[in-house]
Amino acid sequence: MIDETTLREQLRAYITRELIRDAKYPLENDEGIITGGLMDSFSLAEMAVFVEKTFNVYIPDADLTVAKMDTLDQMVARVLRG
Amino acid sequence: MLTLATRSHTRTLLEAAALTAPDADQPAIIYLETDHEPQVITRAHFRQQTAAYAAALRGRGVQPRDLVVIAHTQNLESIYAFWGAMLVGAIPSMFPTLTEKLDPAIYMENMAELARLSDVRAILTTDAFALTLAAHVPCAVWGTSDLQADSADALTAFPAPSPDEIAFLQHSSGTTGLQKGVALAHDAVLNQLAAYSDALALRDDDVLVSWLPLYHDMGLIAGFLLPLVQGIPLVLMSPFDWVQHPAMLFRAIHAYRGTLCWLPNFAYNHCARRIRDRDLEGLSTASMRLFVNCSEPVRHDSHQQFLSRFAPLGVTAAMLGVSYAMAENTFAVTQTPPGVPARLDIIDRDVLTHENRALPVAADHPAAQVRVSCGPLIAHSEARVLDAEGNPLPDRQVGEIAVRSDCMLTCYYRRPDLPLPADGWYRTGDRGYRAADELYIVGRSKDLIINAGKNVYPQDIEAIANHVPNVVPGRAVCFGVPDEREGTELIALVAEVRTQDPAEQRQIGAALRQAVAAQSSVTLTYVKLVDDRWLIKTSSGKIARAANRDKWLREQEQG
Repeated sequence: MIDETTLREQLRAYITRELIRDAKYPLENDEGIITGGLMDSFSLAEMAVFVEKTFNVYIPDADLTVAKMDTLDQMVARVLRG
Repeated sequence: MLTLATRSHTRTLLEAAALTAPDADQPAIIYLETDHEPQVITRAHFRQQTAAYAAALRGRGVQPRDLVVIAHTQNLESIYAFWGAMLVGAIPSMFPTLTEKLDPAIYMENMAELARLSDVRAILTTDAFALTLAAHVPCAVWGTSDLQADSADALTAFPAPSPDEIAFLQHSSGTTGLQKGVALAHDAVLNQLAAYSDALALRDDDVLVSWLPLYHDMGLIAGFLLPLVQGIPLVLMSPFDWVQHPAMLFRAIHAYRGTLCWLPNFAYNHCARRIRDRDLEGLSTASMRLFVNCSEPVRHDSHQQFLSRFAPLGVTAAMLGVSYAMAENTFAVTQTPPGVPARLDIIDRDVLTHENRALPVAADHPAAQVRVSCGPLIAHSEARVLDAEGNPLPDRQVGEIAVRSDCMLTCYYRRPDLPLPADGWYRTGDRGYRAADELYIVGRSKDLIINAGKNVYPQDIEAIANHVPNVVPGRAVCFGVPDEREGTELIALVAEVRTQDPAEQRQIGAALRQAVAAQSSVTLTYVKLVDDRWLIKTSSGKIARAANRDKWLREQEQG
């Protein structure tokens, strides 16, 4: 079982560093990452690769959409479901 | 099949194999969507549907030469509407739809401007959006349910257009005021398809796989008209679906034994980096003949990443082709020959930068740079490399590329302010050189940014930034930054602000990103807020884009 806080902080660090390309960006939990123009929807696929490698959770394509994966809260909840 | 040898047998696009060839049970289009069963559209079904749209458009009073804008999500309906409009002699044009990121008010304002400038007869869209849009534009707006035809036996009821009539428009991207509708006649498009099919050595058993948008030339011509006119199956998906789920392209190639696929350069990186191993298990690309890299500068490194990731599935260097293309020439100007790896030219980077010359050097030379060839010219297209005064340059000298052919645009639609060159040589704005009868592209004459295959005009992004509260008006500069990881140019914006407060700056930064995403459908990767000393201005007080870009890059390097 992954610890929620660790998961959240690892995802936040990955997204700001690799996808937003600004490690110091203070990303909020409920901030729209794609709808807010912080990263484009291409990056969802990149995040899926990271999640599988890091947490061994495979997110099916049907869940990799802007509507379902726009905020850190949504991503954390989805990864926790396994 | 339409080839240069059989070209004279075809008069208009309405003789497309999908509309006229025997074997009506053959698939014309196989439409794929994540989480849905594949939809197989036979030629018979395609004919019936396009005829129904033609009848419905005629029923609504659409006349030959009326401009019909199709602003659906990419789907089968938009495809039937496109061909239905051509059947009645109207001029269809595919447009991007309103997406979840775009601001509806601004999207509708742009459509209204387009309708006014181009005298649009009607905009076709979804039922859900039609009512809202109708209140904002000075032309008819029809949703799906407005175009239900009573009779679908109308296919032969319309007089065939003359071959020199405009068949459709292909709109450039950019703000509406700058947007140009490239008007293409039936004979120009058929000339292109015949010459290009020969260059591809197109075969009856080819299968084309595409996720490209139909409102760009590569998606519209190579990824849509080519297969339907030639009668080879088109396996199609939506670009929105594909960018989020890139493995679907490989599943499609495997399932339908795909042979041809066009991709902009960033897609090679996207696929190589962002497909999970699990999604590739059991898949093969052995059926492929050619992946064609087109519509943004080709990077050798992107091909190498693609090759090393997908070699286990059967991808080989000989499958990685390149084309140089533009909407004004209908599509392709060059194409590398299928079945042979694209030629590589190893040149001296410093000589290129300082002397505008492509000087060949050994691979281990300290300034060696690998350039990938775009291949030889296709039949009936000519190219020249010109110096600043317009004089042709010899081989290996870099200059602006000019093109002449029998598949050029008729005009920019309703734009008498943009005349075509009297001598027939279209100046492309691209910089490149010729060597051993092949063309190499090295950059652009203008400030255009090509981000993930999309043309982005920096002045459009700057105009958006200038309206964001607390950005000093006229003090924003936008430019492209080449990115090796993504295989494309990323977009950077530097904006002058009067506050140094971190919380306020954070809010302005977020507002800038949000405004650009909502109004332009591209994402700002880098946003830098500066005080009134940072930006470099010219003597006339204008912002110097190139100088600011160089300054930004230097600062990035220094960390």
